[in-house]
Amino acid sequence: MEALVASAVGIMTAAGIFLILRRRTFPVILGLSLITYAVNVFLFATGRLALNAPAVLNKYEEVPYTDPLPQALVLTAIVISFGMTAVIVMIALSAYLSSKDDHIDMSPQDSVDAPGEDA
Amino acid sequence: MNHWIVAPIVLPAILAPFIIMVLRYHLDLQRIFSVAGVVALLGIALTITAQASGGEIQVYELGNWPAPFGIVMVLDRLSAMMVLLTALLALPIVLYAIASGWDDRGKHFHALFHFQLMGVCGAFLTGDAFNLFVFFEVLLIASYGLMTHGGGSVRLKAGVQYVAYNLLGSTLFLFALGTIYGVTGTLNMADIALRVAEIPAEDTALLRVGAVLLLLVFCIKAAVLPLHFWLPASYANAPLPVAALFAIMTKVGAYSIMRMYTLAFGPEVEATQGLVSDWLQPAALVTLAVGAIGILGSQHIARMVAFCAIASMGTLLIAISQFTPDAMAAALYYVFHSTLATALLFLVADLVMERRGGAITPTTPMPQNGLISALFFVGAIAMAGMPPLSGFIGKLLVLDASRDASDATAVWAVILIGSFVTIVGLARAGTLIFWKSHDAQVVTVKDPIEGEEAPAPLAPEPQPGLAVTAVFGMVAGLILLTLFAGPALEYTSKTAEQLFAPENYISAVLGREE
Repeated sequence: MEALVASAVGIMTAAGIFLILRRRTFPVILGLSLITYAVNVFLFATGRLALNAPAVLNKYEEVPYTDPLPQALVLTAIVISFGMTAVIVMIALSAYLSSKDDHIDMSPQDSVDAPGEDA
Repeated sequence: MNHWIVAPIVLPAILAPFIIMVLRYHLDLQRIFSVAGVVALLGIALTITAQASGGEIQVYELGNWPAPFGIVMVLDRLSAMMVLLTALLALPIVLYAIASGWDDRGKHFHALFHFQLMGVCGAFLTGDAFNLFVFFEVLLIASYGLMTHGGGSVRLKAGVQYVAYNLLGSTLFLFALGTIYGVTGTLNMADIALRVAEIPAEDTALLRVGAVLLLLVFCIKAAVLPLHFWLPASYANAPLPVAALFAIMTKVGAYSIMRMYTLAFGPEVEATQGLVSDWLQPAALVTLAVGAIGILGSQHIARMVAFCAIASMGTLLIAISQFTPDAMAAALYYVFHSTLATALLFLVADLVMERRGGAITPTTPMPQNGLISALFFVGAIAMAGMPPLSGFIGKLLVLDASRDASDATAVWAVILIGSFVTIVGLARAGTLIFWKSHDAQVVTVKDPIEGEEAPAPLAPEPQPGLAVTAVFGMVAGLILLTLFAGPALEYTSKTAEQLFAPENYISAVLGREE
């Protein structure tokens, strides 16, 4: 269980970083999504892993329970990362449509201080 | 409970949706409500600063849940001061954006502006680490909209980089918070501070990882080398009034460092002792050096001012990384100064770019050359730290506070040489833009940024009145900061004392009886 969760977080983060280091917007956005999945799983694990346990205390008997706070955190993180991904998709799309180019890096003629353009 | 504490967050949180939903098609009404909102925010900020200046730390429990179970807002001298700075900065910027017509070049400027203010004020007031993350996201998502305001392919491309970089920063923030929660079992800052002190020294490896990850996140926000490289492209390609507002965003990073690393991972905590200052100090020195070199090497005025922002963050973090009350007081004074000076230079850069384009090369003389060059001169003096403006006092305080530090020689050398290089860089830009342009041989050019969106109705003879008045407002702020340096320093010294007595903060948050 621990090994599975840990390696899932590790592999998704590694794949995400690999994709972010690509130079086009599509793989970069995919990489960012993978990293947010990794961080969501990681946040779940911060409350310690508990199998088949509810996220509430039982006041009649001693039962195992899982920490509810990380679940709330994950929910917030999912909502935020979902919204952010939508924003970056829209901005990347309009950048692509207006420049006909989906490279994430600024080409020399894009740069505001390119001497050839200004002088 | 004192409901004023939450007012700086609630006011923009109500105003921004109101603007977006009710006033969507009425730019004039948007402008009126937006300015009224910022003035009201300034009033609230003055009120809570007056309340906090007594030295009592006040806590606002959201939903009346006691800490550490609920989220708290905490008002102490530092957060009140930062909220006041935000409001003071926002007023001239919103006036400038209206006067220069920037708010008309895209949709929803004013709504995004107020969402941004909400995020910034929330980040300054919250007493909960995860809530800090949420407010970071609020200010970031508003900043994405503001950064790409007005459109244009170059700006959108820079926007993609900016968003991607900050999304990565946000994930890092979550990893850091997850690690800290995993070790301490809490996310309330005061509670974290208590738990961190209790953890036995041999179990702190994971905690140190969390502390370093968190520092990385704040360093990304504060544009500390080597995590600074998002800043020049983003700020130089953003609409410059927005870039002026972003001057407070780097300070949010600096504020978070001050807050977390005096309260929870303070200098006397064994687990993270020396960790922060050992890493932050060299990074801050290099940041200042690179900023100064960048000012000298820039060929575009917006990019040059972006490097000014980096250099001033370097100076600020040099002071913070000493972690002594004296240096912290100097840093807090310098926060005020550098925010205003950076914003002033961005607004002046916008005045220049509207008239002649931003290239630092001789071109055709622009209208109102004398007035704008005078404003640039004032901004440059403030930024470089020359007398008589507050930059001089700020740098003097930083130098004085680091006199007894172990590496005082390095700090003095970097600050003094950095200031000199800054002076040379700004003088070079000023000479080329304002003086050489009046030489005979000039070439007409077209600016790549402005070429995209062609602000034809504004360009020929911009209406100067209110825009220049707004810039003068920023100058007045710097002059007041210089004239009242004594009282200001007294306030920041008391703030630093409060920061280095975290037990008062902790007992105010956790030990309340209602």
